[in-house]
Amino acid sequence: MLQGISSEGFVLGCSALGAGIAMVASIGPGFGQGIAAGKAAEAVGRQPEAQSEITRTMILGQAVAETSSIYSLIIAIILLFVQPLLSGL
Amino acid sequence: MEIQLFIDENQIIIPNTIVNTVIAGIILSILAITAVHKAKKADIDEPPSGFMNLIEIMVESINNMVVSNMGERNIKFAPFILTLISFLVVSNLSGLFTIVSPTSDYSVTLTLALIVFFTIQYNKIKSQGGMLGYMKGFAKPYAVMTPINIISEIANPVSMSFRLFGNIMSGTLIMGMLYSALGYFAPLITPVLHLYFDIFSGVLQAFIFTMLTMVFINNAT
Repeated sequence: MLQGISSEGFVLGCSALGAGIAMVASIGPGFGQGIAAGKAAEAVGRQPEAQSEITRTMILGQAVAETSSIYSLIIAIILLFVQPLLSGL
Repeated sequence: MEIQLFIDENQIIIPNTIVNTVIAGIILSILAITAVHKAKKADIDEPPSGFMNLIEIMVESINNMVVSNMGERNIKFAPFILTLISFLVVSNLSGLFTIVSPTSDYSVTLTLALIVFFTIQYNKIKSQGGMLGYMKGFAKPYAVMTPINIISEIANPVSMSFRLFGNIMSGTLIMGMLYSALGYFAPLITPVLHLYFDIFSGVLQAFIFTMLTMVFINNAT
């Protein structure tokens, strides 16, 4: 028979679930950065002399666009390792 | 290594990342004193060699980046930018030498972002003519956009600090988990990950932080 789950175990399990769902937010920046890299490759193909300038601009834009995925990573790490919801029990 | 001080009965613990900030500062100071010492003895007419060559490459490339990103009038920020980028490169790469990276602690990255934030606000006050002009600058295109302008000003240090912290700390965390999971067989897989997380990501994040600083200061002056 299914015994009861202790409330501490329940909160830990839901924190782990929330951490997994939070990382779904990394789909967006991965998709967008791939499109940006494709456009950079197209621009290099059109004008090969400007390659280093185009590469620098692309790396700068991609690192800024990656920020929202970093925010979701921080939420997931805080849920897993700091476990703030346990203190509300 | 963390430092524990005992004053009477109270105990003060200085965390290991803060101690490593001081260690990074000591390394950079030794480099700077050596550079000045060699620069005094160098001959101006000969091309530089060895250590002086490296220092000249760094200074020249930072000067070119500052002039091309911020214009001629902002050349006075070049020493600040060089300090920022060399501190970030040394502290991000210290994960390779078993020194816990200082930037994997949110206090350090928040401090760096706040230094840049106050520099930007001070330069805005100076260039827009005192406190009155500065406050009117927030209502610039239309008066209803004032809260949006204020939020976008505050979002800059928050996003810069979180970007640096998230990248470096996630690298440290993943490497730590891999080493403790694989134990004896770790050197089969971890060198490639060290190459990506410590070297590539560390230098790239230092570069991004510095470029964003230059762009924001350029907008503020």
